[in-house]
Amino acid sequence: MADGAAPVLDVRGLKTVFRTRGGEVHAVNSVSFHLNPGELLGVVGESGSGKSVTMMSLIGLLPSPPAEVREGEVLLSGRDILKISADELRDLRGAKVGFVFQDPMTSLNPVFTVGNQIMEPLIRHMGMSKSQAERRAAELLALVGIPDAAKRLKAYPHQFSGGMRQRVMIAIALACDPDVLIADEPTTALDVTIQAQIIELVKELRRKLGMAIVWITHDLGVIAGIADRVMVMYAGQVVEQAPVAELFANPRHPYTRALLKTIPSLTGERESRLQVIEGQPPIMSGAPTACPFRARCAHAFDRCGTENPQRRALDRRPVGYGHDVACHWDAPAMVGGAHA
Amino acid sequence: MLDARRNALIQVRDLKMYFPIHSGLLRRHTGDVKAVDGVSFDIMEGETLGLVGESGCGKSTVGRAMLRLYEPTAGNVIINGVDVATLGAGALRKARPQMQMVFQDPQASLNPRMTLADIIGEPLNEHTDWDNAKRLARIHELMDAVGLNRRFANRFPHEFSGGQRQRIGIARALALKPKFIVCDEPIAALDVSIQAQVVNLLEDLQDQFGLTYLFISHDLSMVRHIADRVAVMYLGRIAELSPRDDLYARPLHPYAEALLSAVPEPDPTLARRKSRIILKGDVPSPANPPKGCNFCTRCPRVFDRCLTDKPALQEVEPGRFVACHLYSNTQTAGPTRGTEAKEHNQQGVSQ
Repeated sequence: MADGAAPVLDVRGLKTVFRTRGGEVHAVNSVSFHLNPGELLGVVGESGSGKSVTMMSLIGLLPSPPAEVREGEVLLSGRDILKISADELRDLRGAKVGFVFQDPMTSLNPVFTVGNQIMEPLIRHMGMSKSQAERRAAELLALVGIPDAAKRLKAYPHQFSGGMRQRVMIAIALACDPDVLIADEPTTALDVTIQAQIIELVKELRRKLGMAIVWITHDLGVIAGIADRVMVMYAGQVVEQAPVAELFANPRHPYTRALLKTIPSLTGERESRLQVIEGQPPIMSGAPTACPFRARCAHAFDRCGTENPQRRALDRRPVGYGHDVACHWDAPAMVGGAHA
Repeated sequence: MLDARRNALIQVRDLKMYFPIHSGLLRRHTGDVKAVDGVSFDIMEGETLGLVGESGCGKSTVGRAMLRLYEPTAGNVIINGVDVATLGAGALRKARPQMQMVFQDPQASLNPRMTLADIIGEPLNEHTDWDNAKRLARIHELMDAVGLNRRFANRFPHEFSGGQRQRIGIARALALKPKFIVCDEPIAALDVSIQAQVVNLLEDLQDQFGLTYLFISHDLSMVRHIADRVAVMYLGRIAELSPRDDLYARPLHPYAEALLSAVPEPDPTLARRKSRIILKGDVPSPANPPKGCNFCTRCPRVFDRCLTDKPALQEVEPGRFVACHLYSNTQTAGPTRGTEAKEHNQQGVSQ
């Protein structure tokens, strides 16, 4: 999207540590990324890769202790929101940054009506009166495709199906017209046909409202369909970042390559045997001194064991703006794409 | 009935599993959740039948009812010549070793207070009178087979990762040398990079021990990889049952078509070009399914007859079974229906 414009969200060197009885766990390690206006950034990684923790820590949603955001800057429209007070942060959350969580049942309050929950941010952040908020809430419900919206405001979450609950969550997140929408695995708990509905809805809302979105998922298929740019995370670090077509056509990090190969395709040639990534992701106790992927990597060499690779640009654009990778190995370009 | 080929290891006939609804002050029986409503299929020896569908369509219930983890309401489940759906308690217990299950959540299906050796050895305690040495040898053999280090035998489940726990569950299922294993979403709780490991293991074990699988999953691309034939379920009934390649190349039932088109394709150029069929609305409640075809409330190609008649599963092309009125005119329908009726009479299944 608008690549020249100033990013709405700019995260620099974010470091989050969990202090546990077993020692420190470095969940997020120097993560930097930016989000342009109107852009959809996909964040991909396995569980424990730090993708959710990154997003939660930048908006102060992690309980502290045990979590501690140790370093970094988070610039939201130019303002560092890690340095502001808890009260100011509360004004931002929901107003400037909307959140959609994975499980719509546990993130909606079962004892309040759906309408109540959509009206809450409107009254809190926008200073609307109750009747104004109610009118706006009905509009929002209609916007996310719930028929008979005005009546449905009086329903409770349990009266809605999973897909409809996720629509309600999206309506709440969009209530105050945020600059940034963070969607944390918004379709993971849903069935494929419902997932397809939600993805279509988000695409349509983007066209209408033009907000910037961070979409966290472990499903590369979902990312391929909606993202503009993709960031791959592993063990709390960004290992590769590229525009979506570039990433799928020419993945350069061994982890990204392996990840793309482990998912069987629905249409292409059927593999007689699935490619696997042997072993398991590491637990990041202590700051990394070596490449976290080296134990599972087919291309690991001496340097991988002694030095944690920094992100380096693969094209002429600066890191974060083009295609970059955090790997010592100089991957040859793929011919004919990942699925060839 | 469903397949002309012989040596079907498993024959499921008109399996029904209703869960009663009790309501009111007197907790009277006021209705049923028809989780599985007349499902029939065969599984050949050594074959993997994929069973796909969305949550709540009854796919797990089919697996559980087949193994008598639920008491089926009606129908026959013939496994290796024995109708396990009607066996008495004693005979059922004797039949259990040949049919086993791998559960979805390896965390919840392993007892946290038992060591790995106890967990894998428990079926042996129940069904054999082996001495300790023989038992331990078998446990070690199983651990080797699923790729767990023998040194771990005295550890507890919490010390293992999700993928390893699923291996423990698989070892337990293999302990009694079963012929048939129901894999109920065995990879759904695992990370992508671990899923492939477990699926490869299941395939290796199938080759090694000649196992027959019912592979229940909502992951259509993984089912395409592992299954030989695939049954698509919707609201307690089979919508389509076809050989894998035929189904994925050209789904016949409108629901199968919509389901396949909804799967996101991990390829940006393809994903953007692909035209999706977006189904409207949600799955109706199985307590109150539509009068006609179960899919008629969401079907993009619905017509009058769909609202009144339930379509039967019938062979519309060789080896391909579809329950849809769109295909009712193709006249393989007559004979299939005839044999179906005859078989029901023979087996005395009440309609």
